[in-house]
Amino acid sequence: MRIYVTSVLVDDQSKALDFYTRILGFTVKHDIPLGGEHRWLTVVSPENPEGTELLLEPSEHPAAKPFKDALVADGIPATSFQVDDIDAEYRRLRDLGVSFTVEPMDAGPVRMVVFDDTCGNLIQLIQMTGK
Amino acid sequence: MDDEQLDRIFKAIADPTRRRIIDRLRERPDQSLFHICALSVAEDGEALSRQAITQHLDTLEKAGLLHVSWSGRTKIHSIDLIPLQAAAALWLRKHL
Repeated sequence: MRIYVTSVLVDDQSKALDFYTRILGFTVKHDIPLGGEHRWLTVVSPENPEGTELLLEPSEHPAAKPFKDALVADGIPATSFQVDDIDAEYRRLRDLGVSFTVEPMDAGPVRMVVFDDTCGNLIQLIQMTGK
Repeated sequence: MDDEQLDRIFKAIADPTRRRIIDRLRERPDQSLFHICALSVAEDGEALSRQAITQHLDTLEKAGLLHVSWSGRTKIHSIDLIPLQAAAALWLRKHL
């Protein structure tokens, strides 16, 4: 058994596609119309194009919004991505206008930030520092 | 300030975890619940559960020591020292 896909619930798939590709730098793996307004839309890291896909999943289920809002209210990230140089990535994203709820901080074996994906989620970025 | 609020304030500071939360929020104000939890791992090397921290924040808020505001859609917390100073002036300093 392998994990081939994981998902974030996004308010708007087109807006999410723009943010996750143009701002974060992921590349589209699948973009399959599902009938209606939704698509099977996945992105991958260009550093690992055959790796786990991230599904940008529409958050239209009625339970999705209260769930997402409650996580955002408490500052809790929906998911977490890894980078090699978090301070450089933080500066790059900040200069692109990304809004951060946690500026770079050390937390045990990782250094982390948290930002707003503009699609109703907070996202954590970590660098393994091994301290 | 009445006796009940005095009780709530002294009760709020009569706990080592809550005193650490106060120390940390004084050092770095405007933290979300997630941020407070992450700092508790980072600085104490021991993770407190989110539920435990929520309860401690609730006790601080009831004592009037917690200032809650919103940054976008995220709830952020700071320490309001004025009630603590008032409680100290009202009772503690009488005996110091």
